[in-house]
Order: sequence, then structure tokens, then C-alpha cells
Amino acid sequence: MGTPLLSVRNLQTSFFTREGEVRSVDDVSFDLEAGQTLGIVGESGSGKSVTSLSIMRLIPTPPGRIKGGQVLFGGQDLLKLSDRQMRAIRGKRIAMIFQDPMSSLNPFLRIARQLTEISELHLGLDRRAARRRAIEMLELVGIPDAARRIDDYPHQFSGGMRQRVMIAMALSCDPQLLIADEPTTALDVTIQAQILELIKDLRERLGTAVILITHDLGVVAGMADRVAVMYAGKIVESAPTDSLFARPAHPYTQGLLRSMPDPLQEVAELYQIPGLPPDMTRLPPGCAFAPRCPHAAEPCSQPPETVAVGAAHRSACWLNVRSETRA
Amino acid sequence: MPENVSSLIAVRDVKVHFPLDSVGSLGRLLGRPPARVVKAIDGVTLDIQPGKTLGLVGESGCGKSTLGRAILQLVRPTAGRIFFKGTELTGLNARQLQQMRRRMQMVFQDPYASLNPRMTVGDIIAEPIEIFEPLRGEALRRRVQELMRTVSLNPAFVKRYPHEFSGGQRQRIGIARALAVGPEFIVADEPIAALDVSIQAQILNLLSQLRRELGLTTLFISHDLRAVRHISDRVAVMYLGKLVEVADSHEIYRRPLHPYTQALISAVPVPDPAVEKTRRRIVLTGDVPSPINPPTGCRFHTRCPYAQERCRAEEPPLVDTGGGHQAACFLLEEVSSGGAARDSAA
Ligand SMILES: Nc1ncnc2c1ncn2[C@@H]1O[C@H](COP(=O)(O)OP(=O)(O)OP(=O)(O)O)[C@@H](O)[C@H]1O
Ligand SMILES: Nc1ncnc2c1ncn2[C@@H]1O[C@H](COP(=O)(O)OP(=O)(O)O)[C@@H](O)[C@H]1O
Ligand code: SF4
Ligand code: SF4
Ligand SMILES: [Mg+2]
Ligand SMILES: [Mg+2]
Repeated sequence: MGTPLLSVRNLQTSFFTREGEVRSVDDVSFDLEAGQTLGIVGESGSGKSVTSLSIMRLIPTPPGRIKGGQVLFGGQDLLKLSDRQMRAIRGKRIAMIFQDPMSSLNPFLRIARQLTEISELHLGLDRRAARRRAIEMLELVGIPDAARRIDDYPHQFSGGMRQRVMIAMALSCDPQLLIADEPTTALDVTIQAQILELIKDLRERLGTAVILITHDLGVVAGMADRVAVMYAGKIVESAPTDSLFARPAHPYTQGLLRSMPDPLQEVAELYQIPGLPPDMTRLPPGCAFAPRCPHAAEPCSQPPETVAVGAAHRSACWLNVRSETRA
Repeated sequence: MPENVSSLIAVRDVKVHFPLDSVGSLGRLLGRPPARVVKAIDGVTLDIQPGKTLGLVGESGCGKSTLGRAILQLVRPTAGRIFFKGTELTGLNARQLQQMRRRMQMVFQDPYASLNPRMTVGDIIAEPIEIFEPLRGEALRRRVQELMRTVSLNPAFVKRYPHEFSGGQRQRIGIARALAVGPEFIVADEPIAALDVSIQAQILNLLSQLRRELGLTTLFISHDLRAVRHISDRVAVMYLGKLVEVADSHEIYRRPLHPYTQALISAVPVPDPAVEKTRRRIVLTGDVPSPINPPTGCRFHTRCPYAQERCRAEEPPLVDTGGGHQAACFLLEEVSSGGAARDSAA
């Protein structure tokens, strides 16, 4: 292993709201090698999107602010770049697909204009060439009748088609790093399968590294080399994919895996992790999962250390600390 | 009247066509039809029994949301009839329809677009209650907080605005709003798509519980076949504006008859890396055809591994193959023996 393509070190991003500081990303570190895929899974509100927006330097400021840490991309700390330098990286070397396609599609512009803008800006194509490439990209992501539908507005597309337009936009500059934030959440499975194939294909063809944010453990099982599980702004467990599924160490990961409906088994009620998602403005002093954890005990009122529980497999839970010292 | 009077919802040969090109006032005057239409729903007949949940699955853009919206009369069908407990909704005027609205509610697909950004969560949930009920002040506030707890939202968030929540939290607000006036029927359009799995399990359990306790009837639209399998009594599979298969949910997973349903089920990701590495998927080739000019004959023929000459010319009807298991395919025998699909499975 050489220098990782992306190395996130002790990243801290907060939002300052009327209710106080929300530590959306609280001391998050991970590495991503070129061509590898990291899956990030976790509760809604756990900080997955804020992590990726921090990497892209797209945190709305105010109310948000990146408070500390480093985002080393090819050895260069993105947090130290000027806005202009960052714009040259965004969309070209690092591209992002958002959870909500409407948030990054302009409802008043035809699809054609939104696609050609990027390739004109980053690839220096002229209008005609940019339009040709845009149609190609739409065909690549499976928009039927692309040459005609390219002149439609976003609202004329179904949710799934909009997501594919987003992917076409992201892929149009052959990025080194693709951050896909819930890219298949709104899609049905055959299209999900095609889009995941598309991402796999791009990854293999261009050696693109991928951060795949998803709540679907099924998707990471088939896509990711490594998985990081986030809860309340922290990575609570990270491991090679096989290891995470075979030996989940953190009670939250264990709960997530148990709560998935199993198509082969009929049950009246699903296992559910009890309680409410954490109020990020009022986190408990120790382990943030404690109010929902079946194993919570006295030491959990202190923040748990992150310890190794296997090869490249780390977990932040006192149970793991105890079993480690016992072993 | 629909022949099946026991149904809470009865949909009879409904079509929803959207004009693509504006006809112009002269053309409209002359009764000239628009040159091109999107056939979002193109002849759907369907029943939902009281207290039951029907799962609706299918390709993106196939018309699931449009069907849900047509049932609630949020879009008026181009043709066909829709009944709610025997009342023909398609025959009601705007005022009569407004009275029906509190009995039928919708949870929307897009939790971002469907919440007013300038209203607090409390006001969003209270709005339908204020329209339909005399509840005000402290009693209203208590009802809102109760609803927030029902959908696993912290009632302390009552004064916050939608943008202060993550996607999953926003979807819960939408569910609370839909449940606020105690509807008999809800269309839940991708209600759990934006939720992480631990909360999906809670919401699925919640919907099951609501069905048990309130006898709530649900049309559950989702691309998550695992969730649909879990929550639904029956499942309807849609392709390009038509139903291709309808059956009881355990039956459709155990014995899918239509080639499209088989492909759908085989594409569901399994949370087990070992299974994911070795499993054989039926990979559908070809593009999703446009609903503007849907393929002739069986609409699935352009992607179907079994397609034959006849499939290009004739449209297979949705027929009962026994025990309420309906499918629309000419080659059910061959498909269930699995020849062609297995050969072409990746
Ligand atoms: N107002 C409209 N005007 C024109 N076409 C429309 C309109 N609404 C929907 N359509 C078209 O009708 C078809 C069905 O759309 P619909 O939103 O019902 O799909 P869906 O099955 O819900 O898809 P998804 O899973 O992506 O949400 C699509 O081709 C869409 O582009
Ligand atoms: N613009 C914002 N203003 C205030 N709080 C925010 C904003 N964006 C995100 N947050 C908060 O930051 C936390 C993490 O959010 P996010 O990263 O979007 O979660 P997810 O893991 O679902 O992607 C949540 O508590 C959310 O409410
Ligand atoms: S540290 Fe304690 S509360 Fe937190 S996950 Fe481990 S056992 Fe549960
Ligand atoms: S009718 Fe023909 S094309 Fe349609 S699903 Fe059956 S075999 Fe395939
Ligand atoms: Mg997110
Ligand atoms: Mg839809």
C-alpha cells in the first residue's frame, strides 16, 4: 500500500443552531486507496452526508463550519485550498452524486444545459461536442430516447431518471474519486443493479475510488472493500467488508444487521433497534448509542475507546475493550 | 358499481395519459388529440381489500406514483373508474372530493419537496388537523407531539424547520402529517426509501401495527422488495403502465411467474458478502422503453429473455393462474420451468 488517495484525519464539522452546536462529524478518520471502495453506512443524521460535503468543501457556512482535521487528497490538504483551487477539483477530480437529485438539478434549466455546462467548463468542449457527449452520457446511464429527452426539464423525469442524469453529470469528467451519497435509494432494484454495475464498471475502467454512502447493507455487501459504520457523528466500527458481516463487533452494527427483513423468512415483527435517533444537540456524555443499547452498562457513561477487534477491524465499544483485555 | 363490492379500493381499467405537446386552443376547439402522450398508466384493474396492504413495485418511471396519485384523485384519470368503498371517486366534484380527502392520505416519495420549508414541523403536522377538526391550542399541541412520538420523532424538535433535519427525519414528518387526521386509506409512496435500516424496521413495524390496530388499508409503493415482502399481503408488479403480475406476497417470492418479476427478485441485494460474490443474477439487457411509444404486444418483449414472435404482436392479458395469482405472459409454462432465463443469467 502506498499513500492513500484520500486520507481523512480527525475531521470535525459542526453546525451552530439555535439549540447549540451540532457535532455532525466528530473526529472522523479513514483512508481510501486509489481504486478502492469504502462503504459508509449509518442512521439518518449520523453525519454521512456532512462527511462527504466536508470533503467537497460544500458545507453551508454559516450555520456550518469545518472546525478541524485534514482532508488529504493526493497528499494535498483540501481544507487549505482557496475557493478557486477547490472549484477546479470539484466536479473534475472529485465528483459527487447526491441523495436528492433535485437539490443539484436546476429546475429551470433543460437537462441538456446542465450537462453541457460541466463538460464545457472542465473539458473545454464546444457547444456541439458538449451536447454530443451529454447525449452519450445519458445513453450510458440508460435514459431511453436520450437524444430527445435531453431537452426536457428535470420535473418531466421520474425520480429514478433524475438520479441517472446526476450520475451522467458526475461521470462526464472521469473523476478520480466519486462520492455517491445514497445513489440508489430512490430506485427500484433492476435499475439499482444496473447503476451499481455502472459504478463498478467505471471504477474498474478508470481506477476510480468510490465512497459509497448507503443505508442498505445489501448494497455495501456487494460493492465495498471496506465498510465504516457511523453513529452520531462518529465511526463506531470499520472493517473489511467480509469481516464486518461475519463478525460485527459493535452492538449498533449487530442491531442493524438483525433488523433487515429476510425475504426467506416470514416474521410478524422485525427486530428493531429501540428508541429514537439521537438528538445531536443533546448527546449523552459517554457512548452516544447507550440509550438504545441492550448491553449498556456503567463504563458506557465514558466515551469508549476505538480498539482493534480483528485484522484492520476496529470498534468503539467498551464490550470490545473488555473482551480484548480478557483475550 | 365494481363487481367486487368488498374492496376498499377498486380500480377499473384506469388510464392516465399526459399530453407531451400542447395542443393549442384551436386544436382543443376542434377536439384534436395531442400528437404525443406519455401513457403513464395504460389500463390497470386492481382491488385492495379493507385492512390489507398491497405492495406496488416496478421500474422507475413505470407509473407507480401516478397510479397512487390517480387513486387519490390528485391526478384525474384519462379513462376508467376508481371506487372507494363503492363510491365512485372519478364521478365526484371538487367539493365532494375534498370531503373524501381526510379518509385517504398520502405519504410522498420526496421528503424534500413535500414539506413547506417556511413552516415548523409542529405546524406542518397540525395543518391537516386544523383543516378537518376543531382541535386547537393545548389539545392540538398534545396531538401533534403524540404523532411525532408515533413516528419516532423527538417531540422536542416541534419548533424546528424541515431544513434542520436529515432526509430520514423529514420522511417521518411526512408520515406524521398523513396520519394526523386518522385516514382509512393511505398511499405510502416510497415511505422508507430515505430511512436507514433501523428506522425502516420501526416504520414497517409501525405500519403493521397501524394496520392491526386501526384497520388501516395501505398502498405501499416501494423499490425495496425485502420491505414489500415483509409488509404486504399482496404484491402487484408494474411494467410501463401495466400490471404484469399480482399475487399474495409469500407466493410471489416463492413462485414468481412473470419473467420481469423473476428478474426483480433476483436483483435484490443480499446483506451477505459471500452470497453477493457467488449469486447468479438475471441481468436485464436493453433500455427501459419510453412510455410515449411503448413496445407493441407485450411491453416487456424488448428486455425479456423468453420473448417470441407472438410477444411482439399480441398483448398478453392479466389472467388468474389459480388461487388469485395473476400474471400477464404467454409463456408461463416455459418460464416457470426456467430454461431461457437460466441460460442468460449472468
Ligand atoms: N406531469 C407529468 N407530465 C408529463 N409526464 C409525466 C408527468 N408525471 C409523470 N410523467 C411521466 O409518467 C411516467 C410515470 O411516472 P411516475 O412518476 O408515475 O413513475 P414512478 O413509477 O413513480 O417512477 P419512480 O420509481 O422513478 O418514482 C414517466 O414516464 C414520467 O416521466
Ligand atoms: N444545514 C444544516 N443545519 C443544521 N444542522 C444540520 C444541517 N445539515 C445537517 N445538519 C445536522 O447534522 C447532522 C448530520 O447530518 P447528515 O450528515 O445530513 O446525516 P446523514 O448521515 O443522514 O447523511 C444531523 O443531526 C443534521 O440534523
Ligand atoms: S460502549 Fe456501551 S452503550 Fe456503547 S455500544 Fe458499547 S456496550 Fe453499548
Ligand atoms: S409475453 Fe413474451 S415477452 Fe412478454 S413476458 Fe411473456 S415471454 Fe416475455
Ligand atoms: Mg445523508
Ligand atoms: Mg414515483
